[in-house]
Amino acid sequence: MGLQDGVQGRVELRGLVKRYGPLYAVDHVSLEVSSGEFLALLGPSGSGKTTILMSIAGFEYPDEGQVLIGGEDVTWSPPNKRNLGMVFQKYTLFPHMSVLENIAFPLKMRGVGRAEREERARAALHTVRLGQMGERRPAQLSGGQQQRVAIARAIVYQPRVLLMDEPLSALDKNLREEMQIEIKHLQREIGITVIFVTHDQTEALTMADRVAVLDQGRLQQLGAPRALYEAPETGFVAGFIGETNFCEGTLHAAAMPGEAVSVALDGGGRMQAVAAQALPAGGRIRVALRPERLRVGPVGAEGMAARVSEAIYAGNATTLLLEGEGGQSLRARIPAGAGLHEPREGEPVRLSWQPADARAFVAAS
Amino acid sequence: MSRRPPRFLLGGRNYSPAASLLLAAPFLLLIAVVFLLPLATLLHESLFVPAPTVEHYARAFGEPVYLRVMLRTLRVAVLVTVAALILAWPLAWVMSRSRGLGLALLAAAVLLPLWTSVLVRTYAWMVLLQRNGVLNQLLQEAGVIDAPMRLLYTEGAVVLAMAHVLLPFMVLPIYSALKGIPEDYVRAAQMLGASAWGSFREVIWPLALPGVTSGCLMVFLLALGFFVTPALIGGPQQMMIATLVSQQVREMLDWPFAGALVGILLIFVLALTLVFKRAVRLDRFVGSA
Repeated sequence: MGLQDGVQGRVELRGLVKRYGPLYAVDHVSLEVSSGEFLALLGPSGSGKTTILMSIAGFEYPDEGQVLIGGEDVTWSPPNKRNLGMVFQKYTLFPHMSVLENIAFPLKMRGVGRAEREERARAALHTVRLGQMGERRPAQLSGGQQQRVAIARAIVYQPRVLLMDEPLSALDKNLREEMQIEIKHLQREIGITVIFVTHDQTEALTMADRVAVLDQGRLQQLGAPRALYEAPETGFVAGFIGETNFCEGTLHAAAMPGEAVSVALDGGGRMQAVAAQALPAGGRIRVALRPERLRVGPVGAEGMAARVSEAIYAGNATTLLLEGEGGQSLRARIPAGAGLHEPREGEPVRLSWQPADARAFVAAS
Repeated sequence: MSRRPPRFLLGGRNYSPAASLLLAAPFLLLIAVVFLLPLATLLHESLFVPAPTVEHYARAFGEPVYLRVMLRTLRVAVLVTVAALILAWPLAWVMSRSRGLGLALLAAAVLLPLWTSVLVRTYAWMVLLQRNGVLNQLLQEAGVIDAPMRLLYTEGAVVLAMAHVLLPFMVLPIYSALKGIPEDYVRAAQMLGASAWGSFREVIWPLALPGVTSGCLMVFLLALGFFVTPALIGGPQQMMIATLVSQQVREMLDWPFAGALVGILLIFVLALTLVFKRAVRLDRFVGSA
């Protein structure tokens, strides 16, 4: 059919706003998703990610802004006219229909003949590797199988976009990881646009081409997983994605994004960092530093003096809980097998880092 | 060391059959004495008084007067069921989609009449429908009619009043069935391209069907044997089988014939129950559906 070619699967949000009373559930969010792209909407609960998905689906109507799919304004179209696929958080297979009938349902609603319905439903069931399960009832399937059927049902009519609302949250960890990879493969195979809502950052980083991080209805950052992790643009993203050490301090001169700065830490001492956003002079600053980017050296070397308060062995790495000279509590991670010195508890050490790995943000007041 | 299982497991899962029987005994005894015994006596009379005979049954089907009463009973019960279903469905739907105060008010509107005497509700309908009743006055004042209409003692009035009285028995099982349909099913259907009618026909109706069948059967069976409302609203002209039985017992003192009528009704009800055995889900009334 080639629906995924060109602009058919393109989704665009323009200045989307949704208010509940005085609260903004979605606060002027604009973003574009290309045809065939896998976008994750990531954020804590109440960040507006589900509301955005529901606006794209047509179950919510925004107070302001537009939703465009394939270049067409669908802001006010009902869900059944948008030709989108959706997989819900809870299993929504119809219990009174067999697996095949469930998958054929959207085709039936589109007036496809019985024989073709059956054939296409079987093909879709095959795509999700459940070829033998067609005659069963949904209740006879496991949770993972049910979600696979739900996916087959959502793609059988070749929609332009597939929306997924935390579809794996009800599954246990191992199955979830397996399904993440499977969905990713399936998406590449059929080349459909996927918009995937999740609160699980690992899931978002694993599956998505790009991730949109949301907080309190605002789009914090939109970028590739690597960019989010290595170059967070806001303090929220730095804290939300992965593990981070935060050190608080002040800055005497204003700085532009990307500029090297020297932050005066609260407990004394200075910290070399790079401004991740525009920083005002004299403002409160938080510096974010990933535990695995901290180098732990012997006393006498360059850097911040610290003491190991605890060493936690976890097989592939050892995590050190450290107390900095200014009273900061920090974490460092020493990978196993790299022949690095592993200090013992109570041992004084020196901490150093590449200034580029320390990112300075405006501290939230 | 062997330990005897406790005789009663308070808060436990299972009672032994003996303990269960003991707990249910007072109720079962009551049923046996005030229901089964008289019923058996009545049925015995219909078959063995004055001598073993089916004459009383033959009479019920043979004489046009009685046949008409039975057919009318059947027709009224069907109409009442249809009317109750039409009234109950939208109400049950709204209830299943409401919460908090709205749901409480709707539930009260459905349940309060159930706790009011049928007699009181039937008299209320008489006040509304009688010759100088509320409805006739309203219609006259509005200029729709010149002279009061005959509303009371008509089959329409009987059907309307009975549908109202029996409405809760239709609303509750349908509500319970609709309540059990997650909102996400409707959303999923819509998302998959179903129109409002499509998702009703393919998803909501089939899933609500057990509740609908349950409600219809309940209302139909209750309507078949209903006494107070048809007797007062329908009068002698619109006699139904329960009124006929009462007449035979109290006025004609013809116990064997009354027994035959009861027997016919009983066999009909039992047959229907057996046919729809799987649809009669009593748990829908208890609320564990």
